[in-house]
Amino acid sequence: MSIEIILSQVFNGLSLSSILLLIGLGLSITFGIMGVINFAHGEFLMIGAYTAYVLQKVFIGHDSGTYFLFSLPLAFLVAGGIGFVMEKSLIRFLYGRPYESILATWGLSLILQQLARNIFGANNVEVTAPEWLRGGITLMKGLQLPYNRLFIMAIAVLCVAGMYIYLYKSTGGRRMRAVMQNRDMSACMGIKTRSVDSLTFAIGCGLAGVAGSAVSLLGSIGPSTGQNYIIDAFMVVVLGGVGNLAGTIAGAIMIGIASPVFEFITTSSMGKVIVFALVIIFLQWKPSGLFALKTRTLD
Amino acid sequence: MKRNWSYIIAAIALLLLPLVLSDFRLNLLGKFLTFAIVAVAIDLIWGYTGILSLGHGVFFSLGAYCMGMYLKLQAEELPDFMMWSGLEEVPWFWKPFQHFWFALPMAIIIPAVFAMLIGIPTFRAGIRGVYFSILTQALALVVSIFFIGQQPYTGGTNGITNFQDILGYSLSEASTMRGLYIITVVVLIIIFLLSRWLVSTKTGRVLIAIRDGENRLKFLGYNTSVFKVGVFALSAAIAGLAGALFVPQVGIISPSMMGILPSVEMAIWVAVGGRGTLSGAVIGTLVVNFAKSYLSETFPDVWLYFLGALFIGVVLFFPQGIVGVFEKISKRRKAQHCLVAGEEQV
Amino acid sequence: MAETIIYMENVTVNFSGFKALKEVSFYVDRGELRFLIGPNGAGKTTLLDVICGKVKPEKGRVIFGDSLDICRLSEYRIARAGISRKFQTPSVFSNLTVFENMEIALKKNTGVLSSLLHSLNSADTDRIFSVLKKVGLKEKSNQKAGFLSHGEKQWLELAMTIMQEPKLLLVDEPVAGMTGRERIRTGEILMEIANDRSVIVVEHDMNFVQRFARKVTVLHEGQIICEGSFDRVKNDPVVIDVYLGRGGEVDSHALN
Repeated sequence: MSIEIILSQVFNGLSLSSILLLIGLGLSITFGIMGVINFAHGEFLMIGAYTAYVLQKVFIGHDSGTYFLFSLPLAFLVAGGIGFVMEKSLIRFLYGRPYESILATWGLSLILQQLARNIFGANNVEVTAPEWLRGGITLMKGLQLPYNRLFIMAIAVLCVAGMYIYLYKSTGGRRMRAVMQNRDMSACMGIKTRSVDSLTFAIGCGLAGVAGSAVSLLGSIGPSTGQNYIIDAFMVVVLGGVGNLAGTIAGAIMIGIASPVFEFITTSSMGKVIVFALVIIFLQWKPSGLFALKTRTLD
Repeated sequence: MKRNWSYIIAAIALLLLPLVLSDFRLNLLGKFLTFAIVAVAIDLIWGYTGILSLGHGVFFSLGAYCMGMYLKLQAEELPDFMMWSGLEEVPWFWKPFQHFWFALPMAIIIPAVFAMLIGIPTFRAGIRGVYFSILTQALALVVSIFFIGQQPYTGGTNGITNFQDILGYSLSEASTMRGLYIITVVVLIIIFLLSRWLVSTKTGRVLIAIRDGENRLKFLGYNTSVFKVGVFALSAAIAGLAGALFVPQVGIISPSMMGILPSVEMAIWVAVGGRGTLSGAVIGTLVVNFAKSYLSETFPDVWLYFLGALFIGVVLFFPQGIVGVFEKISKRRKAQHCLVAGEEQV
Repeated sequence: MAETIIYMENVTVNFSGFKALKEVSFYVDRGELRFLIGPNGAGKTTLLDVICGKVKPEKGRVIFGDSLDICRLSEYRIARAGISRKFQTPSVFSNLTVFENMEIALKKNTGVLSSLLHSLNSADTDRIFSVLKKVGLKEKSNQKAGFLSHGEKQWLELAMTIMQEPKLLLVDEPVAGMTGRERIRTGEILMEIANDRSVIVVEHDMNFVQRFARKVTVLHEGQIICEGSFDRVKNDPVVIDVYLGRGGEVDSHALN
């Protein structure tokens, strides 16, 4: 096996990592801050993907080159907006009940998928990538880095940087971290934990929406697009440790690269088995994830 | 005691149903009763021990595949899908499954051993709560993808089907189906009684203690991970047995039964019935599945909305499930009786 | 008599960079009743955590009895070896009855298979009731533990640790949140337990310590700063400076 092929698999892996990172961030934060496991998170990715699709339909024949740039912020707003409504109407009843939240958000995910099926049809649809995202940089013979994947990585880096600045440099982010660490105390200090929750959830969903818009560059999208990513995204959170930016990044890179590489070396189904086995083995060594803090609480 | 009588009546009713139900309905009920056996298994580990497994579809299907292999080898010397994949001979690990008395115990042993292989490393590493649930869900995905990928050995996406007879009885005969139904009812009763006995022993109380405070229990000298591995393996074994009963009645087993959706659905049966009560697990399974078969036939589009709403509704409005609602009503009624009696005295 | 039951040498505990214990050496004799005091965050609870195996030290070693190396054992093995822990917040099994809680605490048939066939003989039942009587919970033996009051839960947990018949009992702030009368009752129960085993008690309530303590160890910022009789500790200038002199914690916990 030549080095170019391995390198291009790693490169593909990094773009998968970028998508997993965008989904994983939202998952990890909503679990860390509200104790809610959101199995419908993949459907927010799907919403982002369909946003790109709809936008393309609207813009068709006009300026098909720049429409995609609009689709990213729009996907963020649409997915974030729907997420905000979901938080207000459903998620907030599930706080601190992780088991129940698994079942309820799983139900939500079924409903959202069926809605997509009824609106857009059960078949997958194509989003044509704009002209300027076709082709790629040829590094050496047999190793081309496609622009669309580079673009996805750039989006992920931008979003993570934005998230970092928000979490660690802004008042809103400080509040969010405060609620994550001690909800009751934060409430006593006058932080409106309710609005922090809604905002956090909405941001998480928005990021998934951006990821969805990015995914539409890679291939056709459909009602179950979110399902293709959600389990891997959960593995990212399990590996990285909950509510922790650095861990989510590290987890996303590991899963994102390991999956295509092992699938390439063996077969697509065998690769998944190997990655799963590796996760279990890894957890023997770090049961609560890569970057979990050791604390002094009993449970 | 009143409760025991209702169990006995329910059991007798189930055994007498072949006299009144059409073959089609009976077959459907038989299938649902195998699901009910899985639900009891999930209740043991979730309702009592507090560990939510979202991978029971895998254990159920492993049992089903064991039985499916036996049935397939009864029907064809070299299974059709093997022929299509270019195999010229039955692979060595298939061969022993031509014997019923090998396939049946394997349908129980293989899921149990597999559960141990997953349970020992995860429970020993102290992985618990939702992390375990997420891992079992990933397990469901991975194993189903694996089975789809191994077309020559598993039949791939289509799974194993086209069976003819079991132990010499033709599967197309209504009498065989009735026999299978009766066996299913008897197995359900046995599993139900076994589980009831288990939760009444000290082991049962230890399981509840694990749910209430696993750490505390460790400091009382209990190796909790051994208990957890044990109940997980037992639960998987029961699910495997249910799978073995499922295949001859339904006539097919495919990876679609082991993926994420069926596994999560199994948990919802228990939640709908009321977790932590064994009868709830059975009732919930029957209610959800009859609703499913009615709705998905009549309004195929609506079914998924209904299922989704059911997941949400049970969690938000009936966390104790059907049995919980009934218990509340009967308590309230009792309270009213007392009140009325009290007023009369005045 | 003065045989060592806990022999802790140069133990350091590190919580992601925060050193909760720094090179602590600590010894307890068989049959001793030892009190641990010190300001919040001094490392008292962490010290108990190390002994019962909840926290594994980064450095140092802990020997229990003659030769048992605690740092290598899992929690349940340490418990089986005879170290029992009463946690600060009451932790009982709330969905089991008081009696069932006691049955779980009984050191018998703790394996998976043996617990399946376990049944109580009349001697066990008698013992459970006699211990429950000692802590005043005999009448509530059929009640779910979740419905007990805070003080009753604490007593039930103490009763459970008695059932364990430990060689060494670790008790973390047994009287926090209790009324005056409950405190005295708890102290009496503790003294009774201490008659035939070693006990280490973490406590803030100075009046309680004065009333029941024989020997006191003072921890401060992860280190032992003083050890000896209560009178000696009370008059130690360093202890007064970092702990007792601050007054607040002592006065607010005064006995009624």
